[in-house]
Amino acid sequence: MGIHRGHHARPVEWLAEKFIFLVSLSAIVMVFLIFLFVAREALPLFFGETNTALVQKPIPTADLDKLSPAKIQQYLELTPAQYAAMDKDTLKSLMDVKQEAQDEIPEEFRNDPDARINTTEWRYLILPHQWNHYDKPEYIWQPVGQIQKYNIIPLLVGTLKTTLIGLFFAVPLSVGAAIYVSQMARPRTREIVKPTIELLSGIPSVVVGFFALLVMATVLQKLFGYQTRLNAFVAGIALGFAVIPVIFSIAEDALTSVPRAYTQAALALGASRWQTAWQIVLPAALPGVFAATVLGFGRAIGETMIVLMVCSASVMSWSIFDSARSITTTIAAEMAEAVSGGPHYRILFMLGALLFAATFVSNMIAGAVIARFKLKLEGKK
Amino acid sequence: MNTLTPPEYLPEKTQGRHFRAEKFDFASFFFTGLTGLATLLILAILAVILLNIIINGWRGLSWHFVSTIPKKDFFDIHTTGVLPMIVGTTIRVFVMTIFVLPVGVITAIYLTEYAANNSLVTKIIRAAVNNLAGVPSIVFGLFGLGFFINFIGKNIDAVMHNPSAVWGQPALIWASLTLAVMTMPVVIVATEESLKAIPPGLREASLALGATKLETILRVVLPQALPGIMTGGILAVSRAAGEVAPILFTGVAYYMASLPHHVTDQFMDLGYHVFVLSTQSPNIEQTRPILYATVLVLLLLTFALNLVAIVIRARVRKKLRALG
Repeated sequence: MGIHRGHHARPVEWLAEKFIFLVSLSAIVMVFLIFLFVAREALPLFFGETNTALVQKPIPTADLDKLSPAKIQQYLELTPAQYAAMDKDTLKSLMDVKQEAQDEIPEEFRNDPDARINTTEWRYLILPHQWNHYDKPEYIWQPVGQIQKYNIIPLLVGTLKTTLIGLFFAVPLSVGAAIYVSQMARPRTREIVKPTIELLSGIPSVVVGFFALLVMATVLQKLFGYQTRLNAFVAGIALGFAVIPVIFSIAEDALTSVPRAYTQAALALGASRWQTAWQIVLPAALPGVFAATVLGFGRAIGETMIVLMVCSASVMSWSIFDSARSITTTIAAEMAEAVSGGPHYRILFMLGALLFAATFVSNMIAGAVIARFKLKLEGKK
Repeated sequence: MNTLTPPEYLPEKTQGRHFRAEKFDFASFFFTGLTGLATLLILAILAVILLNIIINGWRGLSWHFVSTIPKKDFFDIHTTGVLPMIVGTTIRVFVMTIFVLPVGVITAIYLTEYAANNSLVTKIIRAAVNNLAGVPSIVFGLFGLGFFINFIGKNIDAVMHNPSAVWGQPALIWASLTLAVMTMPVVIVATEESLKAIPPGLREASLALGATKLETILRVVLPQALPGIMTGGILAVSRAAGEVAPILFTGVAYYMASLPHHVTDQFMDLGYHVFVLSTQSPNIEQTRPILYATVLVLLLLTFALNLVAIVIRARVRKKLRALG
């Protein structure tokens, strides 16, 4: 037996190592697949292949041969797979059906300029549009009815509104608590309080939503005396409940990881505990606290059930005491009604991709900030 | 001309921070109190939510309630029950564990035992795990619909020439797989933590005695890390048990007359049932007792699991501290 090296010496070891390596790539594969498959369902939207115009210029059935396959697919709203499975006669009868459907459109829509609009074009998704019978251009999300309006701005506003209310409520509370628990409290108190607050993250969001809907909504309405019982304010505070353990946990870790020497030096110079915490420890841990806030933002923007249960009307309003419909809520509530492969379905997937991108970016920022923070504390930078 | 006047920029007193601990420091007292109050408020919120649910839910809880399969009209307080929901939630998290534990544990083994700490691949894997942990749960739902059902399921149907959709529709297996992808980071992080807690001396001793790396991992490292791996599994289960958004389009049913028999069946779910009871009830005042009781059952399930995980983690941490 000569000396073997590499995989000749221990083939099982070598195989096992390769196998373990391959499995460990699954996290990367999954992130990639998530983006790929969520974006894939939204893709036709980006290529302008969807058309929601109610009244379309009918193409005579005899012209079938002159059209390109892509044009036929778009006209008959077929997927490439469906198109490939059809023979010419089926296509012809489909074109006849399309013609008849156009003839049967009620008179009121025939003269409506909105009925000729493809509402899935970018300008109708993002810019305000003056719809028929409206006085001024408006942002409207209204995916039902003959003329479907898909302006996503009300949803973005709703998401931002609830998320920001949640953060305004949660950040001061959880950072304050993190300062107290990590700097002021006795070690014994700390050992009890920290896991207890983290227990809050064990409450399923559907339970927080339930609590907000049944109990908090009534209490808050009595306290503040606003009109609509279920509004963005209630949803925001409930979101705050869900975000508090995230921010608290990371901020507390960051504050605790500030080297002992900092605190001891400050205390030795005669600073009080509070002065040490506020002027020495907090500035040193600021990147960590910032990262905690960013992660909290990501968590709040992606929270579904709470906002879904507490408020759902999509109104374009910045007032916190009006209802709001967030992106997540819209996806959860409307996916069941959306026709698979239809424009509504595609737009919901596009919103999902948008959400994925937003949380991806906030995770990246938070991750980079925390990594730099750790390096700095270790004195490598 | 050059008279000796003190330069104007010199302050009369030396400036600097005055730490006056000897006097009563109002700011110190005030702000310590403020942060303490913040802590108390958070604890109070937790207490109010839990007490409210326990007090109101306790009355509706009975053996009959947790052991009955309800009729189609599950809003009737006297005949309703949550057995199919308990079974559905339990099965979906159990199936999820079968998928997520091996993948999560193997990834953690790679990261702690094999990977070079600052190689590019390791960094990308870690970034991917972190990102996966932050993806909104509803996006996992969309992913489950787009990938598992519309892509894998439909293709299985096409290959097997099923006349109607068997795999290409919402099902228990797809909901479980979606949840497995979602909870992968939880398992990876917990396992990694417990692997790191094992002193390197143990590995070195094993290697010095002639064991190969694989043998060391299988016979020495993994048995030691078992409590930590269990914690990871339990945390994943308790996280998944309460999640509703990822299963909305991937397998949950509003009502099923029987318990699920096959992985391609749909299922009823506790969390989704809480959502249905609180938003679709014909008379919220009348159905309040069953709603509270259902929430209590869900909480008991997730909290019991969480508590176990926290106790195990505390033990692992103590061990780590004793070694460090």
